[in-house]
Amino acid sequence: MATVSMTVNGKAVSGTIEPRTLLVQFLRENLRLTGTHVGCDTSQCGACVVHIDGKAVKSCTTLALTCEGATVVTIEGLANGTTLHPMQEAFREHHGLQCGYCTPGMIMAAVDMVNRKGNKLDEHTIRDELEGNICRCTGYHNIVKAVEAGAAAMAK
Amino acid sequence: MSTPTTGIGAPVRRKEDHRFITGKGNYTDDINRHGQTHAFFVRSPHAHANIKKIDSKAAMKMPGVVGILTGVDLAADKVGGLICGWMIHSKDGSPMKAGAHPALADGKVRYVGDHVAVVIAETIEQARDAAEKVVVDYETLPAVVDLATSTAKGVSTIHDVAPDNVVFDWHLGDKAATEVAFKAAKHVTKIDLVNNRLVPNAMEPRAAIGDYDAGEEAFTLYTTSQNPHVARLILSAFIGIAPEHKLRVIAPDVGGGFGSKIYVYAEETVCVWAAKKVGRPVKWVADRTEEFLCVAHGRDHLTHAEMAMDADGKILAVRVKTRANLGAYLSTFASAVPTYLYAPLLSGQYDIPAIYAEVETVYTNTAPVDAYRGAGRPEATFVVERLVECAARQLGQDPAKFRMKNFIRKWPHQTPVIMMYDAGDYAGSMKQALKLADVAGFGKRKRDSAKNGKLRGLGYSAYIEACGIAPSAAVGSLGAGVGLWESAEVRVNPVGTVEVLTGSHSHGQGHETTFAQLVSGRLGIPIEQVAIIHGDTDKVQMGMGTYGSRSGAVGMSAIVKALDKVEAKAKKVAALCMEAAEADIDFKDGRFTVKGTDKSMAFGEVALQAYVAHKFTGEQLEPGLKEGAFYDPTNFTFPAGVHICEVEIDPDTGVTKVEKWTAVDDFGTIINPMIVEGQVHGGIAQGIGQALHEGTVYDKNGQLLTASFMDYGMPRADDLPSYSLGFNSTAAPSNPLGIKGCGEAGAIAAPPAVINAITDALGHEDIAMPATPQAVWRAAQKTIKKMAAE
Repeated sequence: MATVSMTVNGKAVSGTIEPRTLLVQFLRENLRLTGTHVGCDTSQCGACVVHIDGKAVKSCTTLALTCEGATVVTIEGLANGTTLHPMQEAFREHHGLQCGYCTPGMIMAAVDMVNRKGNKLDEHTIRDELEGNICRCTGYHNIVKAVEAGAAAMAK
Repeated sequence: MSTPTTGIGAPVRRKEDHRFITGKGNYTDDINRHGQTHAFFVRSPHAHANIKKIDSKAAMKMPGVVGILTGVDLAADKVGGLICGWMIHSKDGSPMKAGAHPALADGKVRYVGDHVAVVIAETIEQARDAAEKVVVDYETLPAVVDLATSTAKGVSTIHDVAPDNVVFDWHLGDKAATEVAFKAAKHVTKIDLVNNRLVPNAMEPRAAIGDYDAGEEAFTLYTTSQNPHVARLILSAFIGIAPEHKLRVIAPDVGGGFGSKIYVYAEETVCVWAAKKVGRPVKWVADRTEEFLCVAHGRDHLTHAEMAMDADGKILAVRVKTRANLGAYLSTFASAVPTYLYAPLLSGQYDIPAIYAEVETVYTNTAPVDAYRGAGRPEATFVVERLVECAARQLGQDPAKFRMKNFIRKWPHQTPVIMMYDAGDYAGSMKQALKLADVAGFGKRKRDSAKNGKLRGLGYSAYIEACGIAPSAAVGSLGAGVGLWESAEVRVNPVGTVEVLTGSHSHGQGHETTFAQLVSGRLGIPIEQVAIIHGDTDKVQMGMGTYGSRSGAVGMSAIVKALDKVEAKAKKVAALCMEAAEADIDFKDGRFTVKGTDKSMAFGEVALQAYVAHKFTGEQLEPGLKEGAFYDPTNFTFPAGVHICEVEIDPDTGVTKVEKWTAVDDFGTIINPMIVEGQVHGGIAQGIGQALHEGTVYDKNGQLLTASFMDYGMPRADDLPSYSLGFNSTAAPSNPLGIKGCGEAGAIAAPPAVINAITDALGHEDIAMPATPQAVWRAAQKTIKKMAAE
């Protein structure tokens, strides 16, 4: 067993874990932050995307121990208190989700996309950038609209 | 209506979304029970083998192991096998040959992933580690994998009850009349089709937690189910876990289903049984590869189809011969899919005097096959729309005009294959779609593509489906083991808030919003005051669940019936409170008024009076305001529409780009257009996935080669277009709201639209699904040769 400490959603946390523990397991089981999901075992679906030190990372392929001292933000930490993040609001407004399972990863990936690509995102860029996130419900049509609108709203 | 912004027809933003966008959803894997253990299944690495011996002695000594159970333990406890709930009879009247389907293998395994043993340990890692130490001695048998040769002489037998691997050999329609029509025909179009096997791949993998309360002698099963009551019924009445009042099934938030979560599988059966066995809760969560291996797959048909026409291209008859793969065991509704959900749709939207269909279903050493989004109807639509398209091309007629000529124009219309279409406007939808898709401008676009060395094509699909399933007596006469009504209970609280308990289950469809819209509009109360409760057999008394686009047409109709009763009772309360005759009470915009007076009471006031019961005696009226209803529809509903796909193919790379997608659908009454459009988008995406990307590949030994998202072509955002949608609604006469259903339409319509577009671009019909770049590149070489020769 090993100990790991990091900051998750603004709070200092630590845990004693098996070295093979993945970040997603640490978040879900140790911290009971179950908004981050596991949809595959090959790092393809992106349901597990969180931000580590400001960058989108698939937490299903990240060992928790490698996050020692890191700052992690999950879907639970995205809103500012009761005020939703503009990207969360955009997904709701544009019906960018149905079953909700891929949604946390989609939103975290979308925020990262805006951080890297700016607030004016065209359809082609959004579709290209969503390569690592799979949704089975929406056909992506409304996710694309939501990301475009969320990106614009983040500029305000 | 007092609440136009939240009633029927309003694009209300979803009530359920807040928890999903903030990470507060509650899926099965998010639940942990006190003292919980973890299950890992030892699965067969062979497609077909006898089990000589299972040795778990070494595994039992591994750290953290709580128990290891096999089929022997299951049999000792008299736990019944998994069932198929729809009886089909062969042409000769013999019943289908259902092989035994134990939840843990009974001496034989029949597909890779089949359940051999379960290892239960303190942690999932310990269970996995211990499973490595379970030694299974297999005697491998030749695997039956290829559908075409699965019944050939000399192939091995999968189930003793079906020596030639044939489950049943069924037919529908008038064979003699069809043969007469073919003899009289001037043109006959013939095609051979493969409807490719698909893996549903809901993003949430299946999961289950079994829990046993020794004090109450009662079980609880948390499971990823589209129909928790059906699961309870099967686990109680057939598998024999516990009687229904001692078994609670909870399906919390469920991350997509698409049919794959209708069925009762081995894993949840084992978890709930094992919980009592080990005296602690048992949790199992599938990893994605387990999902690929063991979830019920979809489609997998081989079909030869023929269409007879007169000299003008009027369709005279259709005959179809299909072989359908049902996999290694009969899943819960497997037998219904290639029969009554398939052949009755072979008339499409067309006036066809004679139809005859033969369907032979077989066992193979592959995962069980059952309903996947559309279930039988995509297969039927693929047959009909490929036939129609090929026929039009062979006759040199415009495919849209050919369809228009053959469309049904009068309703009700009795087809030769069971269905009576009750309402529609097929030609109207076609006209609207032609305009929306700018088909008039296609010629120019095609020429522009050609200038860039690209091949452009246009493909139509005029689909119809039968959904909102369905009248219980009708499905019962066709072999269904259950009724297909729905139930609802409307509980009005003393403060005027309303809880609706429904037997439908929402796993992405947005019922918490659409069902609340119905109540908000009807009772004239804010939508925030309405809660929709589902997915728990201890809360909702009974229900048949969500599949077959039935929750609007059947589930909401049950709510309408319960609301009728609530309104009637509330009128009695209002009449007594306002000292008026009941007949003089009007209810509108959330207020009860006495005709011709200024006396009125708000809905909430009446609710309070119903509960305080100060204004009437028990002899006059029973207190309270709570009503229930069961609704059994009078017919299937028949959503229909026209989808037009426009593709551009790069013959150098074989990449097919969907440039434009146009859909005009008739779903009857639309409760929430935003949600309906979302359903259409998702359905089309799955249909494009089938046509272009998704193919399930087993090797000749029965090993699944496409068992991860690395190998199976799940459609991604950059594979798909945006969609242009239109609606042409005619109300369904068979339910009070006029709803037809929208959940499956896209998946049904899309595959032939894509393939018709690709074959239009290629100028020949020689392409199968999935039309991957490799397949299209090969097909395009033939086109280039043909063009060079011309």
